[in-house]
This record gives sequence, C-alpha cells and structure tokens, in this order.
Amino acid sequence: MDMESRRESARALFQSMVLIRAFEERAAAAQAEGKAPGTCTSVGQEASAAGVVKALSSNDLILTNHRSAGHLLARGADPGRMMAEVLGKATGYCKGKSGTLHISVKELGVILTSTIVGGELSLATGVGLSVSMQGSDAVVACFFGDGAACEGIFHESLNLASLWNLPVLYVCENNQWQAFVHRKETMLADHISPRAASYGMDGVTVDGNDVEAVNEAARVAIAKIRETRKPFLLETYTYRTRGHYEPDDQTYVDPEELASWKARDPIASYKKKLLAAGTVSEADLAAIQREVETTIDGAFLFASESPYPAAEELLTDVYA
Amino acid sequence: MIHPVPVPGHEGTYVDGLRLALFEEMERDPNVIVLGEDVGVYGGAFRVTEGLLTRFGPSRVLDTPLAEEAIVGAAVGAAIRGLRPVAEMQFMDFISRGFDILTNFAARNRYRTGIGVPIVVRGPSGGGVHGGPFHSQNPEMYFVHTPGLKVVAPATAADARGLLKAAIRDDDPVIFFEHKFLYRRAKEVLPEGDGLVPIGKAAVRREGTDVTVLTYGSGVWIALSAAERLAKEGIDIEVVDLRTLRPLDEETILASVRRTSKCICLHEDTRTGGLGAELSALLAEKAFEFLDGPVLRVTAPDTSVPFAPSLEEAFLPNANTLIRAVRKLTAY
Repeated sequence: MDMESRRESARALFQSMVLIRAFEERAAAAQAEGKAPGTCTSVGQEASAAGVVKALSSNDLILTNHRSAGHLLARGADPGRMMAEVLGKATGYCKGKSGTLHISVKELGVILTSTIVGGELSLATGVGLSVSMQGSDAVVACFFGDGAACEGIFHESLNLASLWNLPVLYVCENNQWQAFVHRKETMLADHISPRAASYGMDGVTVDGNDVEAVNEAARVAIAKIRETRKPFLLETYTYRTRGHYEPDDQTYVDPEELASWKARDPIASYKKKLLAAGTVSEADLAAIQREVETTIDGAFLFASESPYPAAEELLTDVYA
Repeated sequence: MIHPVPVPGHEGTYVDGLRLALFEEMERDPNVIVLGEDVGVYGGAFRVTEGLLTRFGPSRVLDTPLAEEAIVGAAVGAAIRGLRPVAEMQFMDFISRGFDILTNFAARNRYRTGIGVPIVVRGPSGGGVHGGPFHSQNPEMYFVHTPGLKVVAPATAADARGLLKAAIRDDDPVIFFEHKFLYRRAKEVLPEGDGLVPIGKAAVRREGTDVTVLTYGSGVWIALSAAERLAKEGIDIEVVDLRTLRPLDEETILASVRRTSKCICLHEDTRTGGLGAELSALLAEKAFEFLDGPVLRVTAPDTSVPFAPSLEEAFLPNANTLIRAVRKLTAY
C-alpha cells in the first residue's frame, strides 16, 4: 500500500470509529436529558465494527445484534434515519416500528439486527445458503457477542455452516459483558475462537481495540472465505466501556478493570499511533472530528423534528 | 425403490397430495428448497419427501442435523434473501425448538422491516397412532396466537396438495399442520390441473340445517361420520372444514351459524385456549343475536396425550362424544 492509500484507509477507519462514538454518545446523552428512550451502545468496541465492516465488499451481507450502531454506520447507514429509528420516528429505517435495537437496512445488505441474543447466528446460515445457491461470491458477516456464544444456537449454527460450506464470517465481539454479568462468571475459557476447531473451521482471536489489526485479520479471513467458501470464526477481544443499557450506573463493574480498558481506548490509541507515524496530521484528525459533530447534530435535529408514525401505520404490513 | 410421483386426475392419499405439491412447486420455481431431518436420502420419516433428492439434487433437498432451531433459522434467513424454503419438522411436537425463530423473526419481519419471510414449516401433528406425549401433539394454537403467522391444517388429500402449494407461493410464513392419522387413510382423486386451494377459505363439507360443526384436520372426518349417524335420527348437521386457522374465514363461519343458529367447535387439540375458545368469542361478538343455544366445545381434555391405547382413545374426541354434544344442543 502506498502512502496515499494508507492515509485514505487510516482516515476512513478513524472517521468510522469517531462517527460511531459520537452517534452512540449522543443517543446516550439524549436519553439522560429525557429526549430519547434507552438504548444499548457499543462504546469501547468501535475498532471491531469499523475494522471488520471496512474489510467487506459492497455486495457482502451483514447480520448483527442489539449493539448494531457501529456495524450500520460503518456500512454507510444514514445517521439521521438511524437516530430517527432510535426515537421511534416515521423517517426511521423501519418507520419507527422496530426501534433502537432492531434496525435492518435492506439496501445496505444489513439483513437483520436481532435483540433476541443469538437470532443473528440462527438466520446467518440461511443467508449463507442463499448466497451459495445464487452462485454469488458474497460473504455473510455475522456479528454476535460472548453472550450469544453461550446460547445453544451457536453450536447448531456453526456446525451447520461448516457442514454445508457456507461463506459466513462469524465475528464474536467478546466485550467481556453479558448484560450485567461478567463473562468470567459465565464461561471458564477466556476465548471463543478455539471452539472453531471442533467444527473443522478456522478460528482466530485478534486485539479488538486495534482497528488496523482487526481490519487486517478480517481481510485475511474474508479472502479465505471467498477462496474456500467455508465459514471462519473471528473473535475480536474488546471491552464494553459503557453499561449494558442507557441508563446504567455500572456499579457492578470493577473500576480498575474499566480504567485499564479505557486506557486502551480504540480511538485515542489509533490517534496516537497515526500521529506518531505521521500518517495524518493533527489538523486532519481534528477536521474529521468537527465534521462528525456536525453530522450528528444534523442527524439528531432531523430525528427530533421528524413526526411519529401516523396511527394508520399500526395496521400496515399486517396479513395474518 | 422410490414410489412413482402421484399424478393429478388419479386417486392419491394425503401423503401423495403433499408429495405431489412438493414436486410440482419445485419444478415450477427453482427458489423452492426443502430442508429437514431425513428429508433427503431417507425421503422423510413419513415418506413425504420421497424422490425429491433424486429429482432435484442435494443443493435443493437438504438433510440437516438434529437441530430444529437451526433448520427454522436457516429457512428464515434464506427466505429473506428470496428463496422459498419448506422446512420439515419430523414431528410437529419438535416445532417448540423453532418457536423463537418463528414467533420472533418470521412473524415480525414484514411488520417491522417491510420484508416478507416466505417460508413453510410443515410436519405431522395429531394422535390416533399411539405415538405418546411427544409424537402426537397439536401445537397449532401457539402459532394461531401469533400475529404475523398463517396457520393451515388440511383434512383431505386434495387440500393437502392445494394448500401446500398455496403455502409455498405465499409471501409470508405459513405453519402447515398435517395430520398423521390421515396420511394414508384420507384418499381421493387428486384434481386435474393446478389444484391450488387458497389460504383463508373454509369449505362446507356437508350442508345441514340444525347445527354447525366448526372443525379442522381429523375433526372433519369425525364430524362427517357423526353426521351420517345423526341423519338417521333426523338431525341434520353442517360440517365446516376451516382449513386455515389463521386468518379465519369469518365470512363462511358466520354465514353457516346464522343459518343453523347452533354451533359446536370440534378439535383434537386440548380445551383451554384451543381454537374453540376463539371461535366461541367470535360468535359471541358477531353472531350473538342469531344463536339459539350456547356454543359448545368438543375437544381433548386438558392433559398430555397419553400413551396407553385405552387412555389415548379416551383422550381423543370421536363421533360418539360429538353426537352427545349435538343431541344436547338440539334439545336446548
């Protein structure tokens, strides 16, 4: 990669992470001010979303979970329409009928956002099957957490995907928390990726707070899937620095552990790295941050001013 | 040896009707796929999918592990992308393992995203074959209660074919309850041509003037057999085969009850929260002034399906229990 494309790639990854952070923090702040309902964020995990999604091609497909804002925004979803859905407005991606944790965007290939933990794993095999049958070279990225990896469907799905040679990139965002319970209280192993071997599948763990490492690992995995048409399990080892849900005072969190992960914040770390390497200038990064702030201001204004769905909407798309 | 594919215009059983529908729809539409336990090499535990693998190959006829949630989930994921999967539950008792996917994903998708989920989940339900508590159930009401699911339960060979074809062509999820007791007992000439039977339309199987019996599945045959005996006593019952349980054909139901003024709901499913309860409420709301007696229910009792033949016989509604209810209602 020459210097210019390295700079472009770095800017895109940085911009994506900053946008995700700004969007989620605005949604959380709006909740605190009584201007928005509660929501789930992925603050602290931005490198995982940006790193993987930016490694996908435009015809690839995505299934995700209740911490989906990162995957949607990295994919190019409109922050205004997303915020409108968070507020339950008619201009939202699902006309306000789905809400904050369940945004699907067909035109971007984001097929499902599932808040029933593990639902994305269940449907991803079918999406992979459709891709295989249609003779497409697309890859299906399925994002889930360490919590979903405790559900029975994790086993059923990975077994089936392996058996049927489905082109699915399973991305386990191991964020150390399952709602209000620490991962260490729910499983004895620290990592999910070694489980891949039992399905005859490749599995890799990557530092989920290092966006370039995630991006590179995802590119390798995706290339392998395109070549072999077999599934791959990529674990991004990261940390959810906000609570399970907004509001959440996080009294159940060990402050030392939280502080140690905040010190490894993916955005701050990446900024430091880029400046040290001289890839981009401080002014350049500041400009990106200002642009993102303007975008999010506009998105929130658009969502706030949008109407709620009309009463007639209650009975549309009803057939039985 | 694979049995020959059934032919329209010739006599066929309920299983033949189902099998013919699958062959016809898979020929017609390359997006139709079949998946489930033993559906391929073995041809299905009840031989419903026999011969499909040979004709359509392993990319469209997929044997799966014992993993009902994964089967239903894969079907839903594929359907969102434009395929038309038909997923078999080896016994409908096992559909409980796919309940989450059906009620939370298949049923909700069009309402909340505008994208339909054209799946069919089909399989054998019902008793009468001494299958015991986990191979004889009638779990239709979990799904009838769920907005966003269509629920179908054919009683005849022609309807098994025609409704399955309609279910496969439907743009939304259909749960298709076959009755295993009828698999090889119900037979008739399968109609020439397409034989499509629309979802949402009931059929009046026998016209009568004294009492309407609203029923489906095995109940249709019980009601028809009771009707013959009651006719000898001068009691003339009308038998309405609901065929689709959700959405209900209110027009046919109300027209019949307005004519006879008396109604019995008959089903093999257990009593509390069974379809009879919903039908009674419907009649109370929309036909109250036409009724000349209470709406009665003839159903299985609120128990598990027992294994012992003597107990299963006592569990299942039959012509005698229906006849007693009809006499009671006509004397009211």
